[in-house]
Amino acid sequence: MSYIKKPNIALSNAPKNELGMTYTDYEGAMSTLCAGCGHDSITGAIIQSVFDLNILPHRMIKMSGIGCSSKTPAYFANQSHGFNSVHGRMPSVATGANAANKELFCIGVSGDGDTLSIGMGQFSHAIRRNLNMLYIIENNGVYGLTKGQFSASADVGSTAKKGEANKQVPIDPCQVAIALGATFVARSFSGDKDQLVPLLKAGLMHKGFAMVDVISPCVTFNDHEGSTKSYMSTRESKREAVYTDYIAPFNEIEVNYEKGSSIEVDLHDGGRVILRKTDESYSPQSRGDSVKNIRAASDEGELLTGLLYIDESQQDFTDTENMIDQPLNSIDHKTLCPGKKALKNLLDSYR
Amino acid sequence: MSAPKSNDFTVKFANVNGTGSSSANGMFMKSLFRMGIPVVGKNYFPSNIQGLPTWYEVRANENGYLAPSGSVDIMVAMNAQTYDEDLSAVEPGGYLIYDSSWPRETLMTRDDITVLGAPLAKMCNEAFDTARARTLMKNTTYVGVLAALLEMDMGVIEQLLLDTFGSKTHLIEANKQALEMGHDYAKENFECPLNFKALATNKTKDHFIIDGNATSALGCLYAGATVGSWYPITPSTSLMDAFSRYCAAFRVDEKTKKNNYSVIQAEDELAAIGMALGAGWNGARSFTPTSGPGISLMNEFIGFGYYAEIPTVIFDVQRTGPSTGMPTRTQQCDILSCAYASHGDTKHVCIYPANPEEAFYLSVNAFDIAEQLQTPVFVLSDLDIGMNDWMIKDLEWDDKYVPNRGKVLDQDDLEKIEQFHRYLDSDGDGIPYRTIPGTHPKGAYFTRGSGHNKFGGYTEDADEYQDVVDRLLIKWETAKSLVPSPIKDFKKKNKMAILSIGSCDDAIREARDLMSKDGHDFNYLRVRAFPFSDEVEKFIDAHERVFVIEQNRDGQLKKLLQTETSCDSSKLKSIRLYNGIPIFSKDVIERIMKEVSAGKAA
Repeated sequence: MSYIKKPNIALSNAPKNELGMTYTDYEGAMSTLCAGCGHDSITGAIIQSVFDLNILPHRMIKMSGIGCSSKTPAYFANQSHGFNSVHGRMPSVATGANAANKELFCIGVSGDGDTLSIGMGQFSHAIRRNLNMLYIIENNGVYGLTKGQFSASADVGSTAKKGEANKQVPIDPCQVAIALGATFVARSFSGDKDQLVPLLKAGLMHKGFAMVDVISPCVTFNDHEGSTKSYMSTRESKREAVYTDYIAPFNEIEVNYEKGSSIEVDLHDGGRVILRKTDESYSPQSRGDSVKNIRAASDEGELLTGLLYIDESQQDFTDTENMIDQPLNSIDHKTLCPGKKALKNLLDSYR
Repeated sequence: MSAPKSNDFTVKFANVNGTGSSSANGMFMKSLFRMGIPVVGKNYFPSNIQGLPTWYEVRANENGYLAPSGSVDIMVAMNAQTYDEDLSAVEPGGYLIYDSSWPRETLMTRDDITVLGAPLAKMCNEAFDTARARTLMKNTTYVGVLAALLEMDMGVIEQLLLDTFGSKTHLIEANKQALEMGHDYAKENFECPLNFKALATNKTKDHFIIDGNATSALGCLYAGATVGSWYPITPSTSLMDAFSRYCAAFRVDEKTKKNNYSVIQAEDELAAIGMALGAGWNGARSFTPTSGPGISLMNEFIGFGYYAEIPTVIFDVQRTGPSTGMPTRTQQCDILSCAYASHGDTKHVCIYPANPEEAFYLSVNAFDIAEQLQTPVFVLSDLDIGMNDWMIKDLEWDDKYVPNRGKVLDQDDLEKIEQFHRYLDSDGDGIPYRTIPGTHPKGAYFTRGSGHNKFGGYTEDADEYQDVVDRLLIKWETAKSLVPSPIKDFKKKNKMAILSIGSCDDAIREARDLMSKDGHDFNYLRVRAFPFSDEVEKFIDAHERVFVIEQNRDGQLKKLLQTETSCDSSKLKSIRLYNGIPIFSKDVIERIMKEVSAGKAA
């Protein structure tokens, strides 16, 4: 199907967001991924999220590395600048771009290979800087483009298409991110848009590094019996720890959750995240508890999902750097250049 | 070499690193400078924090030659570890000053030099209370000894102390005391002055002393660079240190106290170049300073920047390779690795300053060229330029300067056009138009290192692919007209010439003057950029023999000339000086004259 040019279907009654844009306005080129690929569902969820959030597409940048996941920024938001960088090194490009213009929304799409193997270093340091971006890991446990090698997120015992079992312990991006100091850590499943869309929205509006690990089955190389990242296996093992709602600022709605089971977190943009816990003991505002709960679920063979950790109290990268409010790329040269007289005075200090 | 004369001598300080000697040595040099005597300071230091030998060499000469002389007239031997070596380095007729506090029986000596012992430690131990002061002031004390031996103007040195330490009166007092102590001891015990001395003159007017990393940083500041990313590596670290310092002084918004810049210390060089490219792509002037090992790591991204056409400036302050090499020694060993950095067909604009003065102007140029050509541009300096103290002419700045941002479509431009295509060569110069993210919905395009066609779309089509990489060659031709032209000294009568690059310049200037006195005249061309302009080829064609002088083992500049020009390469004679020490004019002369006489014999 991927060789067909994407038809342009304009529906007169298509719903519009506050900017007067339709869902179609946020779409991108035709996907070239395999039919049924989990990544395409995530693309759909991204489109839904930015449509709902009324983001001007040209005020958003889409960043990626290399791999199947990293192709996806071409498939949404045609009116956004995209940057398909080199393998595992998207975070550094996003960091430079953020330094140049911190006003732009930044969505990074990566994969388990791109993040947890070749890109582990840059991933860690983007967290350390609390870079203001939504970082999505489209996690399928497998290298698709090179035809089915295990990735660093493959579970012990999970089998490859030809039957051999993975023997190395997986790296769990959520546990790693929480340990490294990430300020927004979530996990979801490509097949669960209801859960995924609010998480992506909250992640985009979070000021800082928002990581969403999305289990996204590879229909070609990792969707068989024996794989722990197949549609079947994920559906069975997935357990939602918290249900997340994102409430935009000025869209005040009456929220009525049972006392004790919901938590409200104010975001910097004025919006709010509402977390409805399904498990009373769960505390997504304690790093220690979060990791403990993820591990406990994992020991039970379950995959804990939802917004697993959030901390709105930390400064993001540009604040830590004490960067001026105006984007650096728009400051005029007269302001930046000290000029002739200052140079002369400076030289005098070297005599 | 010739015997030392007044205002024409070299003093070398042999110290232990971590003992605070550098400020005293700098004080000695600056005092000569303030007396109007041209000076240059070369630092031979170990890759170490404390305890290893380090040398600082000050050359004074009225001609203003900035290369080291290659000989030592006065050795200040403060390091017992290297005493033998330092003793043997002194020219016959020269002097050696040592600390005679604890006379050492095993001290070697030489009959053809004068050895002067001064009890520096003893004097300082008596005069100062703390261990730190005793160590530090010993250095100032030998400056006092030198001041007496060279009959330097004590008023000048004392004024320098006042200017340096400002309100720290205790430091001024202590240094003054140490200075006078050394001065008085020398006066009483040695014959002062020596048969050569420092005579006040007026040859340093409109000059100042600075290193090339600082002037490169000033270039970044004045060019309007706002994002600098880096990973610490000798000898480029002080470039970013200087940039941060200048930014703290000139780039903090008065009202908000917030920064008009961002200096990002990256996790490695791979990230540093990624950040520079990300910022360049997003419309900020960006740069990353590094050295050879960093360039090796950056290679993948450099090819990306070339193919995706993203402006940024990479400073390579070269040090000796291969591998870790000698991090604190100089070389010009990255000429080829920068010119062709990365896999696939790539070639890059490289700019080669010769000294800190040029490093300033050419750095500013580099930002303009990078944006005009939409590509990463290298500025290749080296440890000698970057970290040594050079006396250079006052830098000039034209307040009318406007950054050349190249072909960028702004909001109005985009409003007017029907559709934007990122890689379309509509002007025939190989340079397409670009847009900055966030400007306008019509400006959006997809930046990728994978195959793309001229419209910016992904392609695996043979013709579409080739169309773009061939267009990059047209851009390369355009680059020749934008890069700094070579510096040339040409007289038709001369059949032989010297062709060189970067920091070889001053040794060559001196060597040409000296050889000319002996009746050997050579024309001279110094390349300042790659790609080479047609002038370079014409220059080679106009001579029978061309000596290509450079600081690497394999003759990288010569190889580049052979590959990238159609000159008759049998004319090129390679002269390579690559032991890690800045080159001396006497070595240049020796090597050229050897070739010349061999040529005659044949």
